[in-house]
Formats: sequence, C-alpha cells, structure tokens
Amino acid sequence: MSILAQAAEAVEPLTSPEFKTAMSAVGAGFAYGLAAIGPGVGIGIVVGNAVQAMARQPEAAGLVRTTMFLGIAFTEALALIGFVVFILLKFA
Amino acid sequence: MSSIVAIVFPPIDEILRWKPLVGNEGDPFAFNKIGLIAFFAAFATLALFFVAGKKRALVPTGVQNLAEASIDFIQDGIIAQTMGTKKEDMRWTGYLTALFFFLLFTNVTGIIPVIQMPATARMGIPLILALTSWFLFIFMGFKNNGIGYLKAAVVPPGVPKALLPLVVLIEIVSTFLVRPFSLAVRLFANMLAGHLLLVTFAVMGHGLFFAETKQAFFVPMTILPLILFIAITLFEVLVVFLQAYIFTILTAVYLGGAMHPEH
Repeated sequence: MSILAQAAEAVEPLTSPEFKTAMSAVGAGFAYGLAAIGPGVGIGIVVGNAVQAMARQPEAAGLVRTTMFLGIAFTEALALIGFVVFILLKFA
Repeated sequence: MSSIVAIVFPPIDEILRWKPLVGNEGDPFAFNKIGLIAFFAAFATLALFFVAGKKRALVPTGVQNLAEASIDFIQDGIIAQTMGTKKEDMRWTGYLTALFFFLLFTNVTGIIPVIQMPATARMGIPLILALTSWFLFIFMGFKNNGIGYLKAAVVPPGVPKALLPLVVLIEIVSTFLVRPFSLAVRLFANMLAGHLLLVTFAVMGHGLFFAETKQAFFVPMTILPLILFIAITLFEVLVVFLQAYIFTILTAVYLGGAMHPEH
C-alpha cells in the first residue's frame, strides 16, 4: 500500500503543467533538430550535383539553376514541416 | 514566456498577432497591420504596372524598364522553362507576374525598417494563394484533358502492374492533398523563421543594451547581436526574392503538368 502511495506521489508531478511545458520544449528541440538532418544532407547533394553539372556544361547553367531551385524547394519542405511542429509544440 | 540570462523572449502572440486597427478583436471585418500590408502589396503591384504602361516608350526607361525586364523574366525564366512556349502557356504571364509581385511586396515588408512584419508570416495569405494555385491547376487539367486528366495525374507511365495500387495511392495523396499544403507551408514557414530570427537578435540587443544588472561590459557587447541582425536582414533579402520565385515557379510547374501531362 505504502509503495503504491509513493508511486502515485512520484507519478503525480508528471501531469503538472510545468512538466508538460518542459517536455514540449524538449520535444520541440528534437522535432526541429531531427527534421533538419535529412533535408540538410539532401540540399547538399542537390546543390553539389547542380554545381558539378554547371561546371561540366556551362551553357546549360540556366536550366540547371531552375531545376536546382525546384529540387531545393521540394527537399526543404520536410525541414519546414519540422519547424512548424517546433512552433506548435513550443508556443501553441 | 522564457528568459535567457535576463533576456525575455516575448510570447508568440505578441510578435505575430496584431491588434485590429479598425473594428474589434474577433470581428470578421476587423482590419489589422497584416491586412494593411496586403492592401499595400496589391496596390503597389497595380501601381507598378499602371505607371510602367502609361508612356509605352519604344526605348524603355525607369519603371517601364523594370516592368519589361520582370515580364521577360517571368516569360523566359519561368513559363518557357516549366510550361512551354505556346500561346496558351504565355496566357499565364499575367497571373504569374501578379502573383510574383504580390508575394514580393508582402514578403519584403519583413525587412523594411519600422514595418518589419512579413504579411506572409501569417497563414492566411499563403493558404489562399496556395488554394488558388491548387484550384487553377486542377481546373486546367480537366479543361485541357477532360476526364483523362485523372489517369494522367495519378498513373505514371512505365510502372509495373503489381506496384500500381501503391503508386496510385501515393500519387493521389501527393498531387491532390500535399501540394497545396506544402506550397502554403513552405512560404509561411520560411517567412516566419526569418521573422523569428530577426526578433531573436533584436530582443538580444535590446536586452544587452538596457540590462537591469548594469554591467558595464554589456553595452559594448550589443554590437554582436546588431551585426547578426544586419547580416540576417541581408540574408532575408535573398529569401524574400527566392520564396516569391519558388512559389511562382511551382505554380507554373503544377499548371504545366496539368495542361500537358504527356511531358
């Protein structure tokens, strides 16, 4: 009985608003940090290969640049969704 | 409200939620700073092209030069690259130019001193523009290809039969559900992120300069956040143009894909 009461006392702070705020701050940090890994690598690959293509074929630089921005825009979307989750967890 | 070494970061409502200038809070016709910026942007876009089109000189100067160069940019840099060079493609010049300049003017208020609030950092304007693009490309798809547009949009050529159900499901979700959402969120989150960065360094500089502890070395240290504030403002100039460009070119890509699905 006493152990159960102790356990209940130990669990009780987990529902407190301070705990919720702290955990959503931690979760917000992880949400953005983890969401930024993949797109970071991805944008690096996209731009790196675009630079390579432009160096090999300077006459195609205009087309490559347009396509590169499109690729960046699609890759970046995931990081931005992570950023929105961050905002929602931290402030909402 | 969170504080870092006596620097108090304001709650998000204080940064983004503006008190109505006309009307009351919660009133559907209340009019705040965001609405004012949106009206300014629409007016500036109209004014730019009315002023440019007034003289119609053979050798363009000043505003006319800018307007002609930007229309060339929309036609050669965006439409020809993504949709095609036929007459029906070039008909979109008007919408895409208006879209580009409206976005440019709503974004650029984020870095103009004193105003410093991008209207696109609130979800309203990006959402409506993204839904307009979404509606337009679906409408053009059905108009140009009839009911066959559905097949062209969701069944990519050369997919093995066994994978078809999965691919069709993914294509339906990505074309008809994710596109407007990602279009809106991309613009909104980019502008909001830039705005929050600027707010962070402005608050830091303010906190150091007016520190309550009156440490003598705090005041000269204000230069550090100030330098970063200026650097990020310069970076935001790039972001402002890039986001307007990306929103416009993605709209053109979606329209082109819907009008000529054979490509």
